[in-house]
Amino acid sequence: MINSLIILNILFKVLGVILPLLIGVAYLTLLERKVMASMQQRRGPNIVGFFGLLQPFADGLKLLIKETILPSSSNIGIFILAPILTFLLSLITWCVIPIGYGLVFADLNIGILYLLAISSLGVYGIITAGWSSNSKYAFLGALRSAAQMISYEVSMGLIIICVLVCCGSLNLTAIVMSQNKIWYICPLFPLFIMFFISGLAETNRAPFDLPEAEAELVSGYNTEYAAMGFALFFLGEYANMVMMCSTITILFLGGWLMPITILNNIIPGVIWFGLKTTLMLFVFIWVRAAYPRYRYDQLMRIGWKIFLPFSLGWVIGIVGLLICFDCLP
Amino acid sequence: MKHNLDSNIKVLYLTELFKGLWITLQYFFRRKVTLNYPFEKGSLSSRFRGEHALRRYTTGEERCIACKLCEAICPAQAITIEAEPRYDSSRRTIRYDIDMTKCIFCGFCQEACPVDAIVEGPNFEYSVYTHAELLYNKEKLLINGDRWEIELQANIISESSYR
Repeated sequence: MINSLIILNILFKVLGVILPLLIGVAYLTLLERKVMASMQQRRGPNIVGFFGLLQPFADGLKLLIKETILPSSSNIGIFILAPILTFLLSLITWCVIPIGYGLVFADLNIGILYLLAISSLGVYGIITAGWSSNSKYAFLGALRSAAQMISYEVSMGLIIICVLVCCGSLNLTAIVMSQNKIWYICPLFPLFIMFFISGLAETNRAPFDLPEAEAELVSGYNTEYAAMGFALFFLGEYANMVMMCSTITILFLGGWLMPITILNNIIPGVIWFGLKTTLMLFVFIWVRAAYPRYRYDQLMRIGWKIFLPFSLGWVIGIVGLLICFDCLP
Repeated sequence: MKHNLDSNIKVLYLTELFKGLWITLQYFFRRKVTLNYPFEKGSLSSRFRGEHALRRYTTGEERCIACKLCEAICPAQAITIEAEPRYDSSRRTIRYDIDMTKCIFCGFCQEACPVDAIVEGPNFEYSVYTHAELLYNKEKLLINGDRWEIELQANIISESSYR
């Protein structure tokens, strides 16, 4: 009896995390299309439902009823596994993200480490996708995309270390609570910019979306994927994007904390978290509409020759400053 | 020295990137230029070359006198004509077919016709479901002409000083 209650409890919590996330991801695709369209002085989808609000369901239905093509020369098992793995990893990261005080599925004390580990595993999904397609171009595209992801994970890790040193704990809730006095975006503004750009590169978003752009043309890791596989990659990418924006919000923008403490109880923290994440997503889409794409070698150069030294410098700088003024938490 | 400082500041503080973002944001708030298609359409010139039509005189007599100039000049050989004297021994066509799938909509037939019989009207919304329906015969072209006569006449009058 107690066992089934516990299981029901966990089931509800899981659904409470996954269902809003999936609906959010579906509407993020619509948001992206409408915002990018507005920035190009045109309307986005507005035929299917008021202001296009039913468009994500039309897209989902289209992808569901399409025929799934399995290339005969590919390794079927890994071919089917790759998008499942990618989507799975995108969903799993949401276990540790707190959307309000105590509103987290698993309050791990090593939350940040968990996030970094899962993003590193994400590279596997891409490599297996490209390799199992058994096509030279897809394989090379996958390798390039994987190399891009791991390059920017390095600078992301170093920037996270800077924030952790200011905060004193790997627990995401503790990181948010330590921003009581001031959000980390104020003292660490350059780090915020670097983390934002690394986040763009990590999720293969413009202007670092050469692997994705190549998939539109010929090569790229998801060229061989038809209906459901493509849908899972797509959903995985957008879920990754939302997760990256949530991480930026937690690390730099104060999570669920309110900008003015007067409004302490009027608007709950969850709404603030959602607003901040949506703002970050808007900036992601804004950046996509504004900038041309980076060539692959320019991309790698930025990751290794510019971001890595800068982040290392900041780590040393911040740690030195904290030790000097005896403020280590 | 000053040039160096300027470019270094640009690189370090990402000045141009933020300026680009600001311009994009300004466009976000501008009026959108999309036309709500079936309900709003773009304006067409009077010289627009669309669906073909065979015109008539105001008395109701068809203009075409089977001179076959249009058939001769059509670059895609889309027009097929057969002529025979009519019951009142006037020169008229028995068959006047335009294969709309061969036609390149160049307007040469319209320019070649000495009596303004074959014209290209302003209609472009004539999609059909079968290929056979796109092989227009004389009947179809004459019906087109009757349906679109008012606008065809207005277009020809406004274009007459240039032709």
